[in-house]
Amino acid sequence: MRAETGTTSVKGTVIAQLEKVAREQKRTLAPLSDDLVLLDSGLDSLCLAIIVARLEDELGVDPFDSDKDAEFPVTVGDFVRLYEDAAR
Amino acid sequence: MQPAEPDSLWAALSDARPLDDRTLWGAEASVSLGDLVDGSSLGGALESLRDRSVLLAARDQLTAALALIELDGIASRVVLCPPDLAIEHLPCVAATAGVDAQVSDGAADVQAPGVATFATCTPKIAPGACDRTARHRTEWILLTSGTTGRPKLVAHTLSSLTAPIIGGARPAVPPVWATFYDIRRYGGLQIFLRALLGGASMVLSCPEESTADFLIRAGAHGVTHMSGTPSHWRRALMSAAAQRIAPQYVRLSGEIADQAILDRLRARYPHARVAHAFASTEAGVAFDVGDGRAGFPAGLLGRRTGGPEMKVEDGSLRIRSTRTASRYLGDADERVADADGFVDTGDMVERRGDRYYFVGRRGGVINVGGLKVHPEEVEAVINGHPRVRMSRVRARKNPITGALVVADVVLDAPADGGVADVEQELVRHCRAALPRHKVPAAINVVAGLGVNGAGKLVRRDA
Repeated sequence: MRAETGTTSVKGTVIAQLEKVAREQKRTLAPLSDDLVLLDSGLDSLCLAIIVARLEDELGVDPFDSDKDAEFPVTVGDFVRLYEDAAR
Repeated sequence: MQPAEPDSLWAALSDARPLDDRTLWGAEASVSLGDLVDGSSLGGALESLRDRSVLLAARDQLTAALALIELDGIASRVVLCPPDLAIEHLPCVAATAGVDAQVSDGAADVQAPGVATFATCTPKIAPGACDRTARHRTEWILLTSGTTGRPKLVAHTLSSLTAPIIGGARPAVPPVWATFYDIRRYGGLQIFLRALLGGASMVLSCPEESTADFLIRAGAHGVTHMSGTPSHWRRALMSAAAQRIAPQYVRLSGEIADQAILDRLRARYPHARVAHAFASTEAGVAFDVGDGRAGFPAGLLGRRTGGPEMKVEDGSLRIRSTRTASRYLGDADERVADADGFVDTGDMVERRGDRYYFVGRRGGVINVGGLKVHPEEVEAVINGHPRVRMSRVRARKNPITGALVVADVVLDAPADGGVADVEQELVRHCRAALPRHKVPAAINVVAGLGVNGAGKLVRRDA
């Protein structure tokens, strides 16, 4: 099944989840771009924790778990790439 | 002799004759207490168990109950094996307690190593007198379900176990007690002793029996007083057979009784007194609360004449009383009580207004990015929702915050819309009542939740 998941839809899924959790947690999300620094996005660590858990359920991967050496993503683009690579 | 301080259990019953209208009902057999005091369940083996350290390893609760009555005062020590004791722990338990005799009901396949004396206990009472002279204040050894594998052996005596039981006037009509607990656990043993010393009969549960069948059987015997954990009662209320009993007294212990379960029991049994008690195997019974509200009045703290003394230190409830266990067997390093005689219950409490509320176990805290969450406080909120019957809150590992809070929920009735709608509604319900880090990141509707042998919600993940 995972082979059918194209990289575009992974990105779409990740972005949708960022927006959804921001809404639920009543956070004002900065306009999303690949260069946006996660810490400046309006999402705090609890939001990110929830996003990571939801994405694990949705995509079946937890890139933080599967690759211990992965550096913590700095930008939204890094974050999305981490999932794209893991879902490949 | 006061009923609360008998020489032995058998002597207390013998003094309470006539006993013709008092019965112990098991799932398969029943025994009149009158027959038991004039005969024996041990087939002539009682004398061979005198002065021994006896492992009581019966499968059936009724046979265990009969043997207990007979062994108190005769054996120097009785180890009460709960039915779910893992077989690999038996050698260690037997060695620690210096077991040199075993009583089984034939059905039990466990056999303690190094035991030369075996006796069989049966509900077929053989008439005939035995020498009942009590030469011991028998040590009753209860096993606690340690979360870290090996059970602990907790030593009580009949007097520490019966101290919370106030001898009153003999009721004109014998009450009928029943409990969801096994009587080889502290909570069940309390009820068993209350029944025996309080002029009552008792309906004993059976692990192979469904909650519904037990309720129907208890109802058929006219149960008047019934006890269990909040988890036991939540299960009972899920059953249509909950209507088959009409108790005068409903008792909860062993877990936190939240407002929702108290309210639901009150609604289901409007004529019953609903009380929740605080007790643990080590600390004994500390208090009963009968005002229908969760938690307990702050005024209970401090010294009380005759009763237990309670205090809160480092957030946990501490108890000093004559009802506490005397010691752990075998574990020289671990003490039941501190130097001042206080038992730390490990149950964390929080004062709100004029009341203390239980928030959870010290060891059960979920750490969400450095913020502490007690699963029980979140469960209390979820259980307050009218659609929810019971819930379990647990940690989910998370690479960002270490852990997140998630919840599994059993609904009152199947969701007619989508389950997702209910899950969303419950998340909103939690958001309205809890700080962000305590709101479950996911709420999953499940068909059922496990309850362990001690009647408590299973918290470890399978």
